[in-house]
Amino acid sequence: MEKKKLLEIRNLHVQYKTDEAIVHAVNGVDLCVDEGETLGLVGETGAGKTTTALTIMGLLPERVGQVTEGELYLNGVDVIHAPEGQLKMMRGATASMIFQDPMTSLNPVIPVGDQILEVLELHKKDKMSHSEMEARVDQILEMVGIPAARKTEYPHQFSGGMKQRVVIAIALACEPLLLLADEPTTALDVTIQAQVLEMMRTLKKELNTAMVLITHDLGVVARICDRVGIMYAGEVVEIGTVEDIYTGEKHHPYTTGLFGAIPDLTKKTRRLNPIDGLMPDPTRLPSGCKFHDRCPHCMEICKTAPPQDITEGSHTIKCHLYDKEVQK
Amino acid sequence: MSQPLIETKDLCKYFKTPKGLLHAVDGVNLTIQKGETLGVVGESGCGKSTLGRVILRLIPHTSGQVMYDGKDFLALSKREMNVMRRKAQIIFQDPSSSLNPRMTVSEIIAEPIRVNHILHGSKEIEKRVKELMETVGLAYRFVNTYPHELDGGRRQRIGIARALAVNPEFIVCDEPVSALDVSIQAQILNLLMDLQDEMGLTYMFITHNLSVVKHISDEIAVMYLGQCVEKTSSDELFENPMHPYTQALLEAIPLATIEEKYRERNIIRGEVVSPVNPKPGCRFAPRCPYATDACGDPNLNLKEVTPGHWVACTRCGG
Repeated sequence: MEKKKLLEIRNLHVQYKTDEAIVHAVNGVDLCVDEGETLGLVGETGAGKTTTALTIMGLLPERVGQVTEGELYLNGVDVIHAPEGQLKMMRGATASMIFQDPMTSLNPVIPVGDQILEVLELHKKDKMSHSEMEARVDQILEMVGIPAARKTEYPHQFSGGMKQRVVIAIALACEPLLLLADEPTTALDVTIQAQVLEMMRTLKKELNTAMVLITHDLGVVARICDRVGIMYAGEVVEIGTVEDIYTGEKHHPYTTGLFGAIPDLTKKTRRLNPIDGLMPDPTRLPSGCKFHDRCPHCMEICKTAPPQDITEGSHTIKCHLYDKEVQK
Repeated sequence: MSQPLIETKDLCKYFKTPKGLLHAVDGVNLTIQKGETLGVVGESGCGKSTLGRVILRLIPHTSGQVMYDGKDFLALSKREMNVMRRKAQIIFQDPSSSLNPRMTVSEIIAEPIRVNHILHGSKEIEKRVKELMETVGLAYRFVNTYPHELDGGRRQRIGIARALAVNPEFIVCDEPVSALDVSIQAQILNLLMDLQDEMGLTYMFITHNLSVVKHISDEIAVMYLGQCVEKTSSDELFENPMHPYTQALLEAIPLATIEEKYRERNIIRGEVVSPVNPKPGCRFAPRCPYATDACGDPNLNLKEVTPGHWVACTRCGG
């Protein structure tokens, strides 16, 4: 029953070097994604979600962003040490990325059909004839719910939801093994968001693509993901199946805080229970557990010793609260 | 019922575009009771922000009336209006573009106090600024910082302090938490609700986020393409949504739960049509699963289907 591991990240550290300070964006992330699986990465602004995704694609900004420690294997390829040429062939064919804002990821002066064709020409030139590629463009457009007749139109002629569909079509044109979706529906209205999510879910099943969905919306994750990782200050503080995270009893205090901060439509409460304080400054991270100064259960040990991963079945939590249970 | 604080009567705002008239707000009738919160929900382009601005006279209206405490707000002279401005304030969505980047926190908060001659003498103003910063939970050490040095949540607190500086009765909150992370969003929502309890403020809360609106509102109005399609109390709307658009909106919210009954949902097809020269009749009809010929009726208005529950749909209470 062991599924093949598509993506493996071990102890990844990423820093951004700026003139003023060193930004510790990712601080020891361990993740793996199996073939065909959907992993949700949840966290607030600055949690290191996007940096993790960019590292997977080998797209960290040159000179500024650096992997300082750790290993990252995508379909057996060592992404961190691979030459740029190999990464170029990987992007689009093995792994694709969708960004939050569809307008800035499309070229405004090229018809959308040609933008999809570009990917195919790069990766499938020796396998497909030009007419086969054209047929594939029509097919993939229909798959994402856009009439193939619109392929000669330009991005500005499409609405926001439609543009995001085009971006998804580009990403899926070569049937990649892994799709990285960075807040794919955040810029969309709820009814359109529901349409796009539903489409992504169907396509993923059809193509058996694995997906890493980055979002801050726990509702979106509940709809589409198999497993969920909660990120805080560059660490994965809790990871498990959706059942572990949404219905399990034990949680990282930050996860509990995140859930408490969302107004619940099914219950009536007068006050929300937000997490006090702010995300720590990534240039000056606190010692010990990075969440300790906002944590309602903070103990002495939390201020000095960074907590270790505590795993129970499919569920892993990085918190001192559960240390004792392991010793028992 | 007592006299409402705000009442709009057939309020319209059309914008001229090269292709024709854009019906941003089209015949909206709303009332807001004193001390209560009216939530206005809808997707982008439904006219909810325009509505808020027209009510405050930040942009001129096309036709209709806004009654403020029984007075015709839109007919006031400039001088009378200057006095009224103190009573009605607004908080904007994006705190970074609504705060002057070249003014410090104290200058921003003091500006409305100076402009409206509420207090004189720098000592007194300084005291009041300090008081306001305390009210909105901004540490006094930020008094001489510039907005860009602060994070989104704190900037939004400046915006709130500025709105409160003139002791208003009524505040239009235009997506005040949409640009914020969830944990910060919850802090700001709690702050707004505490302020309402303490000062008896009346809010018009504009948002696209239905969970937020349910949490904060007494009454909710759902807008679609410039028209109000349903309005009722917050609980009633979520328990018994009647308009097909409201039902579709509620279905579309991704809930943070994995119970199966919430996971599989009906998804509405199609997209919002253009608000330029809209066809008569129900504007939701092209996307509506129940649309019939009757939906083309140009006299489709809000009808009170059950007490306090108003719906504009041919299927309800026809």
